[in-house]
Amino acid sequence: MKLKSLAVICLGLLISACAASNDQAASSGSASGASAGSNSGQLSRDVTTTTSSTFAPGSQEELQASIGDRVFFETDRYDLSPEAQAMAGTWADWMKKHQNVQIEIEGHADERGTREYNLALGARRANTVKDYLTSLGVQANRVSTVSYGTERPDALGSNEEAWAKNRRSVAVVR
Amino acid sequence: MARILKILIPLVLILSAFKPAMSQLRVSVEDGLREPLPIAFAPFVTKNGASPNMGRDLADVAIADLESSRLFRAIDPSAFIQTPAAATIAPRFPDWRQINAQALVVGTVGNEPDGRIRVEFRLWDVLGEVQLVGQAYVTQRENWRRISHLVADTVYKWLTGEKGYFDTRIVYVAESGTADRKVKRLAIMDQDGANHSYLTNGRNLVLTPRFSPSRQEITYMSYAGRRPRVRILNVDTNQDETLGPIDGMTFAPRFSPDGDKLLFSAEQRGNSDVFALDLRSRRRERLTDHPAIDTSPSFSPNQREIVFNSDRGGTPQLYVMSADGGNARRISFGGGRYATPVWSPRGDLIAFTKIEGGQFGIGVMRSDGSNEKMLSQSYFEESPTWAPNGRVIMFFRRTPTDRKGRGGRSRLFIVDVAGGEPREIVTPGDASDPAWSPLSP
Repeated sequence: MKLKSLAVICLGLLISACAASNDQAASSGSASGASAGSNSGQLSRDVTTTTSSTFAPGSQEELQASIGDRVFFETDRYDLSPEAQAMAGTWADWMKKHQNVQIEIEGHADERGTREYNLALGARRANTVKDYLTSLGVQANRVSTVSYGTERPDALGSNEEAWAKNRRSVAVVR
Repeated sequence: MARILKILIPLVLILSAFKPAMSQLRVSVEDGLREPLPIAFAPFVTKNGASPNMGRDLADVAIADLESSRLFRAIDPSAFIQTPAAATIAPRFPDWRQINAQALVVGTVGNEPDGRIRVEFRLWDVLGEVQLVGQAYVTQRENWRRISHLVADTVYKWLTGEKGYFDTRIVYVAESGTADRKVKRLAIMDQDGANHSYLTNGRNLVLTPRFSPSRQEITYMSYAGRRPRVRILNVDTNQDETLGPIDGMTFAPRFSPDGDKLLFSAEQRGNSDVFALDLRSRRRERLTDHPAIDTSPSFSPNQREIVFNSDRGGTPQLYVMSADGGNARRISFGGGRYATPVWSPRGDLIAFTKIEGGQFGIGVMRSDGSNEKMLSQSYFEESPTWAPNGRVIMFFRRTPTDRKGRGGRSRLFIVDVAGGEPREIVTPGDASDPAWSPLSP
């Protein structure tokens, strides 16, 4: 519910940035790369210019609009693709910039698995991201994890495109 | 809520005065595709001021039970030659043979001086002209459906040689709300869908409820406080507790057959392993220690072995290990992915979900993995649960949704392990994660 309403605000205020974050459904890393440049230094400047007039620094809104708040996985997999690593890397930079920020990484699965296995898979997907963030120097106690299994799909519909969008980890500012 | 699990039958009388050993009447449960056995189940005769509808309702509920097994077919009462009232006194067997009835059930219902009702019934072997069983029950009027289920269980037992399963309940997850934000509540009902009520209010996401075999308890998983944890709910006292301090998610709970232990998965740093909790000493024991996902544990009836789901071989498959966690070996080799293994209460079979070729199916295999047999298949179905006699499996099935999240109808079904088409169990709305109760005490 929270994510949904935030997404609507995002659409109203910042159509271009929001479109970029939606594109990440198809290719998570490249979308942020295209809008924000190919290195994190450039990205940080971009974050500042994009959000200074609109979103509170270190807020979920800023994360969603200017970086992207999710990474995606293959069926039954939980390893981070190069695109997912790039995205999580920008999260790490962003968290270092905003030292007060605590995030929760949600792990999600698509509807093509059984409930209990998907809960375990979601936990893996969340924890893989957490491990990657801590490997980049983010303090472990600033990152919590939760698995929703298949319980909170983002994209509706029983089709390959929706399943790909739902196999995800989402960073949520606490 | 407490009332529903605490219905007691104050009195059970055995009226049978005849020796049923003469009868050859038997219906085989091994061949679910055979023609159902035709039986004459007469509306119960009302007397002593009982409501005229009560006799018919008592028979109708028992008939629905028996026909749901697909082993029996009730003959339309309009075909009866002898009246139920006369047959209650003395069956005229040629009249019943003429309409091809193999068995005859007759009964009466009347009011007791204290306001309770008294139900008597007799089951006759029409060809052998012998009474198989006769029983009487006295109970509060509002418990009348339970009498019907007990009658159906008795008829089922005498005609199949197997225990019945009709005097049982189902706990399940009732779903409402939108596809991306489902509201889920624990709900409980009789096996036939009657006496439906809710156990939780929907504020917290709840999943995978399962009955205790020995106490009025249900274990389930809840997101209360945004922390997904296994809980145990006492449905008599409403006491609801978590398993104690465990870091990380706990899920996939299931009681041991003796009710003294709880198997579950616990996630630590993203990795899920199987644990057992002794419910008396509260001592927790790790049973698997593997970097792969280990979940969905289920004890064998003798509690010497545990079947569980693991992707340690690369894809989700079924494994059996000893009760202390040793000697894990894979038993599923049929191709595709396997999940949700549940050991039959008879011990002979393991029910599972199989995912292959874009379809989900419910099947059974022997505990060594041989004799795999699929019972049902559709776009999505999972979560098999056994009737206490080990003859029938309930599961849930969901249809696909369109791009706006419409569709996605989710319903409960039962299927006989011998085969046949799955049959829907009607619920007020969408339903998932069913669990069958043990037979009522």
